[in-house]
Amino acid sequence: MTRIPTRTHVTTTVNGDPVDFLADPRETLLDCLRDKLGLTGAKEGCGTGDCGACSVQLDGRLVCSCLVLGVEAEGREVKTIEGMAEGNDLHPLQAKFIEHAALQCGICTPGILVATEALLKKNPDPSEEEVRYWLAGNLCRCTGYDKIIRAVLATARDLREGV
Amino acid sequence: MVAVNLWSGLRRFTDGAEVVEVEASTVGEVLQELVKAHPGLDPVIKAGVSVAVDDEIVQRALHHPVRPDSEVFILQQFRGG
Amino acid sequence: MALDNKTDFKYIGTRPERPDGLDKVTGKARYGADAYAPGMLHGAVVRSPHAHARIVRIDASKALALDGVKAVVTRADFAQDLEGEDWNLLENTIAGEKVLYDGHAVAGVAATSALIAKDAAKLVDVEYEVLPHVTDVDAAMAEGAPVLRDGAADHSVPDGLHPNVVRYTEFGRGDVEAGFAAADLVIERSFKTEAVHQGYIEPHACLAQLGTDGKGELWCCTQGHWFVRRMCAALLGLEATQLRVTASEIGGGFGGKTTVFIDPIALALSRKSGKPVKLVMSRSEVLKASGPTASASMDVKMGMTKDGKLTAATGTFRMQGGAFPGAPMDMTTMLAFSCYELDNVHHEGFDVMTNRPKQAAYRAPGAPMGAFAVESVFDELCEGLGLDPIDARLKNAVKEGTRSSFGPKYKAVGLIETLEAAKAHPHYSAPLAENTGRGIASGYWMNWGGETSVSLAIGEDGTVQVGVGTPDIGGSRASMALMAAETIGIPYENVRVNVVDTAALGVNEPTHGSRATYASGLATIEAAREAIGKLCQRAADKWGIDVDAVEWKDGAAHPSGPNAGDFEPLSIAEIAGEMGSTGGPITGHHDASPTGFGGSFGTHIVDVHVDPETGRSTVTRYTVIQDAGKAIHPDYVEGQFQGGAAQGIGWALNEEYIYGEDGRLQNDVFLDYRIPVASDLPMIDTVIVEVPNPGHPYGVRGVGETGITPPLPAIACAVSHATGHRMTRLPMSPPRVLRAIQGKGVS
Repeated sequence: MTRIPTRTHVTTTVNGDPVDFLADPRETLLDCLRDKLGLTGAKEGCGTGDCGACSVQLDGRLVCSCLVLGVEAEGREVKTIEGMAEGNDLHPLQAKFIEHAALQCGICTPGILVATEALLKKNPDPSEEEVRYWLAGNLCRCTGYDKIIRAVLATARDLREGV
Repeated sequence: MVAVNLWSGLRRFTDGAEVVEVEASTVGEVLQELVKAHPGLDPVIKAGVSVAVDDEIVQRALHHPVRPDSEVFILQQFRGG
Repeated sequence: MALDNKTDFKYIGTRPERPDGLDKVTGKARYGADAYAPGMLHGAVVRSPHAHARIVRIDASKALALDGVKAVVTRADFAQDLEGEDWNLLENTIAGEKVLYDGHAVAGVAATSALIAKDAAKLVDVEYEVLPHVTDVDAAMAEGAPVLRDGAADHSVPDGLHPNVVRYTEFGRGDVEAGFAAADLVIERSFKTEAVHQGYIEPHACLAQLGTDGKGELWCCTQGHWFVRRMCAALLGLEATQLRVTASEIGGGFGGKTTVFIDPIALALSRKSGKPVKLVMSRSEVLKASGPTASASMDVKMGMTKDGKLTAATGTFRMQGGAFPGAPMDMTTMLAFSCYELDNVHHEGFDVMTNRPKQAAYRAPGAPMGAFAVESVFDELCEGLGLDPIDARLKNAVKEGTRSSFGPKYKAVGLIETLEAAKAHPHYSAPLAENTGRGIASGYWMNWGGETSVSLAIGEDGTVQVGVGTPDIGGSRASMALMAAETIGIPYENVRVNVVDTAALGVNEPTHGSRATYASGLATIEAAREAIGKLCQRAADKWGIDVDAVEWKDGAAHPSGPNAGDFEPLSIAEIAGEMGSTGGPITGHHDASPTGFGGSFGTHIVDVHVDPETGRSTVTRYTVIQDAGKAIHPDYVEGQFQGGAAQGIGWALNEEYIYGEDGRLQNDVFLDYRIPVASDLPMIDTVIVEVPNPGHPYGVRGVGETGITPPLPAIACAVSHATGHRMTRLPMSPPRVLRAIQGKGVS
């Protein structure tokens, strides 16, 4: 049986850099980032948009990249965990997660950091409850969320106070 | 002789005895002598057991020394997650 | 190995940043699915849609005709002469004559892309003859239940039991009937828990390469790569050391990654196609076809005097472990009454097969179910006799010298200390809101030693590398580095700990049984001590004195004693800088199966609010108090406490495997198999109790597993107190709690 896959040429911007790739129309943005661009920071935990491990920003909006098709990235701006630090300067959330031991196995960490960065942009002074509801779509099985929530609240406080 | 405490489910293989006395100076000898005295225990030992000697759970440390007055327990094999 | 009785720690007990933190917050850390190889193929697995069926025929011709498909493997491509547990493992990895559960693997496909592999898997034509199935533990033991496999029962099973009962245990001591007669109150209850999944966020993933010469390379996410090597070598007919296994960073395991599911299939596909093959499970495959925990049906009876002393206890524990022997009824029985001093106690355990996936270990495997039943009855006894549940526990709590319910006496343990800390904690005396109940429960995990091999080498600049064989799941590299730094007397930052591959060390058991920080830590300390001995010898040679006159402190050799002479101390960097010309590299190594692992007791306090309209339970406050022996890196000890509590909350309130009448899993995605999310939980307070383990130089006890044992009963007791109805069935989902509130029972 012969099957010629029809692929689409996608031109997009990832973490500020112009990139292009050929995507099968069925391929997710997550698979394209990982398998075609070598950006493996976003993880597939479920493939159904329930765990948030694949969180990226698409034109500034937080999305599960497993629910976006690769071809939908055409002409848009994608931001992944790999673009969160400026060179070697960690984003304050990244530094605070290490300082607060807010990760154990670390597989959910990229998604949680991307999601939390989006939260703090929207709401620089979230309550504990607001952080918990914002992160309700990012599953962590190791930590019980305690140290994650504390790290987010501490980062928000530092950013507000200009520390 | 060392008194070896078995779990009671094993009485079926030891003519009803829950404590079996064997001549042994190591855990390996204890297991060997148990099977010699009660061949029905062979599949039990082969399937795996944990051994406790004087309150230390020595697992399957065959070389671990056993004294005549040692308290020895044969326990079900431990597993972890 | 004995306790040092050292108390003036410089590094141990501090909270430095973990060495893998930077890679993990920047997305650089490489997990199971993050590996690629030149010329790599992608695999997919063909799985059974039936709970129980005979395989009549497998026709892969259409799949093989698809462009890009390079290989299809079935059972015929694996070792043919296996028996015992190896046969069970192979039969679970890829079905032989019958499929035994929904999701059971039947064939593997490798193709040039993941999409083609998935398409090809759908084209593999499998003809089944469907057989009757059973998925419930009690139903599987009943007369007339479908038999999964005749002759699967081992020597332990007495005559007359259903063939699905494959292992049996019975033990105890004293006279339980006399004990019950001496009690002022006797309570007997039946309990049931559902199977739950470990729920690690990273699905199983591997990249395999195997040649026809029998040499292979395997990259995979696992808790123990030597276990993977042994299992894969057996299933593929390889020599163990010809297969090199590298453990990737691991995205959670909790026991579920101590065995193999897809790795042997990927290796077989690679051997057949001659190319590297990457194989990654979907979440649905993880839930259907990896190893969830056992479900349980239990009867517990306990008697107590009016002043709170237990007089007797009996328990029957029926555990369902899927289509193979192995449900953890041995640990359930041994640990069920482990918190209490009991002269009269009796246990009975059954390991029962059903048409479900082969269970795997899950954090303190078997212990939480037994604790749920026993601690619930204990709570009801206290309620009936008007006793404070902590005071009553203190009356019965085991301590050093108490004979355990399973036989040997305890060495130094910290149950009483956790109970006293619980009683003193402000949480215990805080007022309760309306419709809110408070639950208390204790639990135990005995921990583990296991095969351990560690190598340490001094760099030419005096820094130190440590190679360990226990994958780091929760920060153990930081703990090893702290122990090495403490022992050698150099800064934490000067130690790098690596999890090395199977070619680099002797056999290591996995990171399981709460053993990594204990056993690899102990071996790290011993390896460091060996290296220190060599460093001292180099200094002695240089000074021309006897090595006995050299003392190692603060990372340097010092002359010591009246006849040592007067020399300037030699630092580790100075000695290391000259090592090439003073005798060569300086290393330390330690191999052991250490047996001084000390068990860890914990006591949890929880407040649960129950909505009387909907039956929804919300945990409003949670406190974990547990004995860590000595907390090496307290952040990650707290993390284990909090993680165990959160998983226990999920098990108690939400999580369950739901099988339909057709024997198929109904909830195979995270939307329906709902683990706790951030908005479900409160902060989880922790108190670290430190009763040093006499079997470790620095007093370490494993802490990973105990934390999931008390939550089930603690939460059940809290819900019972909030509603006035004793909850004997998990999960306490809203419909079930509502039925209880409405007086319609708890089943």
